[in-house]
Amino acid sequence: MVDCGSWDWTIGKRAISDLGRVHDEYDEVHEWAASPDGERVAAPVLAAPDTFAIVVNQERWDGEFEKAWHLAFTPDGRLTALVRIDDEWTLAVDGEPWDERWEFAWNPIFNRDGSVIALQIKDNMEYSVAVNGVPWQRRFHSSRGLAVSRDAGRVAAVVQVNPLAEADTVGFFEGTWSLAVDDVPWDATFINAYGPTVSDDGAAVAAEVRLGICEYTLAENAIPWEQRYGCVWEPSYRNGSGRLVAPVRIGGSWTLAENGVPIWGGRFMQLWNQRLSSDGRRIAAVAAAGFGRWTVVVDDRPWRTSFDDLVRPPVFSPDGARVAAGVRRGGRWSFAVDDRVWPETFDMVWDPVFSPGGGTVAAKIERDGKYAVAIDGRPWSPWYDQLWDPTYSPDGTRMLIRGVEGGRFVRHVVGVADRFQA
Amino acid sequence: MADLEDRQVVDPGIDESIAGLTPDRIERTINRVLTEETGARLQAYLQTCVHCGLCAEACQSYISRDKDPDYAPVAKVKDTLWEMVKRKGKVDGEFLHNAARIAYIDCGACRRCSMYCPFGIDISYMIMTVRRILNLLGVVPQYLQDTTNSHAATMNQMWVQQDDWIDTLMWQEEDARSELAGARIPLDREGAEIMYSVIGPEPKILAQLIANMAIIFKVAGADWTMPSTDGWDNSNMAMYSGDFETMGRVERLHWERASELRVKRVVMGECGHAYRGAVYDGPRWLGWTKPPIPMVHAVEYYYELISSGRIRIARKIEEPVTVQDPCNIVRGRGLHDKLRYVVNAICADFRDMDPRYEHNYCCQAGGGLINCGPPWKRSRMKSNRVKADQIRDTGAHTVITPCHNCHSGIEDIIGFYKLGCHVSFISELLVKTIEMPDA
Ligand code: SF4
Ligand code: SF4
Repeated sequence: MVDCGSWDWTIGKRAISDLGRVHDEYDEVHEWAASPDGERVAAPVLAAPDTFAIVVNQERWDGEFEKAWHLAFTPDGRLTALVRIDDEWTLAVDGEPWDERWEFAWNPIFNRDGSVIALQIKDNMEYSVAVNGVPWQRRFHSSRGLAVSRDAGRVAAVVQVNPLAEADTVGFFEGTWSLAVDDVPWDATFINAYGPTVSDDGAAVAAEVRLGICEYTLAENAIPWEQRYGCVWEPSYRNGSGRLVAPVRIGGSWTLAENGVPIWGGRFMQLWNQRLSSDGRRIAAVAAAGFGRWTVVVDDRPWRTSFDDLVRPPVFSPDGARVAAGVRRGGRWSFAVDDRVWPETFDMVWDPVFSPGGGTVAAKIERDGKYAVAIDGRPWSPWYDQLWDPTYSPDGTRMLIRGVEGGRFVRHVVGVADRFQA
Repeated sequence: MADLEDRQVVDPGIDESIAGLTPDRIERTINRVLTEETGARLQAYLQTCVHCGLCAEACQSYISRDKDPDYAPVAKVKDTLWEMVKRKGKVDGEFLHNAARIAYIDCGACRRCSMYCPFGIDISYMIMTVRRILNLLGVVPQYLQDTTNSHAATMNQMWVQQDDWIDTLMWQEEDARSELAGARIPLDREGAEIMYSVIGPEPKILAQLIANMAIIFKVAGADWTMPSTDGWDNSNMAMYSGDFETMGRVERLHWERASELRVKRVVMGECGHAYRGAVYDGPRWLGWTKPPIPMVHAVEYYYELISSGRIRIARKIEEPVTVQDPCNIVRGRGLHDKLRYVVNAICADFRDMDPRYEHNYCCQAGGGLINCGPPWKRSRMKSNRVKADQIRDTGAHTVITPCHNCHSGIEDIIGFYKLGCHVSFISELLVKTIEMPDA
């Protein structure tokens, strides 16, 4: 969770960086990343042939790199980038590369406050994980998928613990995959393991596991549920109770199970992307009620509206009372909030953001290559050349807009109740 | 009687798996699929077929094998699914051995025969039902199973590790830049118009095809991206082995990646089966009636670029060329005219095959056949005689194959039948013929 209380919430617009000048200065400027508070904007630039630098608000980090990509701000506002130095990879944080470097490093993830940064690494053809720059001791034949607990900083990875010779289809079904948690692999192995998740407090780790050709279940702290299913999707922990929920396929249809027991009476053609309210009491998921009839199910009750193309993962309001999702119907994007579809459609939408009180919903939208913020169904802000997700102030009265207009990156704080003053 | 040599092929994925089955498991599995996973469609097909044999002449394996009746489409169903239904699942290991050869090797699920059946019976659907049963019994040719295992473990077809994927893209970007200044492979660029996806063999053994596309996208001024994480592979051999759960998992990830990247459409490389998996079989298994985000095959995209003038052809390939119509994008999608538009735009001497368009013969490599590996290559070649004759008759030096399976399959045919020509993807010809910005 980004702590935005300390940000500058003074109403007004500040130009942070003249991106046009950066583009004039360098032959290549790659993708821009904006800090959550809108005070910084950064991109990798081609500083010389085969040499990259990172520019932050028109200033260059000290170092130069053979490659630099995947810029991301941690929740506590530090800028990270995957960088290659002397043919080895590492993570640079606010301009400082970690001491350790590896043959390859990728997929950095952060816990809720940004105090833990984990990433996947490869060295000497072996795979592992590094946490805050320190690699795990153990190495694996492969590693795919990484998760970190939001609060405790526990890190779990899907890892291949046993070797597998080429075309060894028998060995494959004996199970070569497992999970490793904070450097310690589970005792159990599985044919496959997917979708690792760690409870917020780090006490439990779960994943989808495959036990037979068409036999799947969930495993928690290395112990599979007793029940077997035709298929399962990635699990989630419920805050508060700590129970594990996951979509499971029983016979030919899907439902939601908790600790191995179906908790929804509804049966769906498809069910995935379940999301929980912050107190863990309510669950919303994307479901197909029939072919091409996609909708949102909230606590086992499907919305009446459905969409032929796509429903994005649902989003709860902070108090858990309301649910919104980006939806695509007939090739046009819109939003649905509490079973009501916003009438305006857009070329693209980003995930909705509820105000702290849950009264309004804002989202980034795109139309004809320009971007704006929509509130409760209507474009509200001016149209920008580039835009990042909007953020409400803690009291919900103001909104931070981070966008690019006229070649400049601006941070603009606007009163939500006001008419937008461009 | 089916070819003796074929019947004697040793494939541990079939032979050893059958040895471990019990009659009870065989019966339960067959009846489970017949009752829970099939319905009116199968019953209608089984009850409608009048055994007229009109479908026989449509099948390249039947024609190539001197019209051996065992290779007629209707015979392939009669010797597999019909018997399973008739015997209510009480079949033995020898039966399954025969059924596996027929379902995985003798039929490429190309759907040519259904165009000739007066009732439009989809033989391929029934053969896929047989494969589904065999998959649940663990009876799958070893190499095809290995490919499916790769999909299950890595979400790609070729056991490509996550770091190798990213590294390959960076390396291909460098290659593309050496040809065209400023060419890029932008990774994870949220909000791009296009997500470009490829099949597993591209980063593994044909990486230059990715560089080719980077050049084409750059010349066209396209707003595109590629995902750096799993979901980049649009191929799906699990669809052909009968592991539909893995098929669904792979397709879900592909579409989720596109959705997360907020792209308007997915352009896919030159592959036919991947189109079928991503546009038809995968979405339907998951609950969609169509892909959630539009998918454009490379042939359609090249057509769009050339016909709109976004790329211009500076010179044409002079040597005689012909083109293979990949079943899944021609019979499956009707891209034959656009394909010829593109080929005529870049080649001066195009010689069409006969028959052509949706009537063209399958390469007998798709449908998972080529992934069944070396044990079955000779069998595959025997079913390809008619394709070899067809290619030879064109006199072409290059066979353009906008599909990976067609590409590898026809390469094998050229070698086996000593045709003296070679194969090429369209992108390989396009980068030689398009007008570069600084030219
Ligand atoms: S290979 Fe094609 S034509 Fe032959 S039986 Fe199979 S689907 Fe029909
Ligand atoms: S043409 Fe149709 S009806 Fe005739 S044998 Fe073939 S599948 Fe049956």
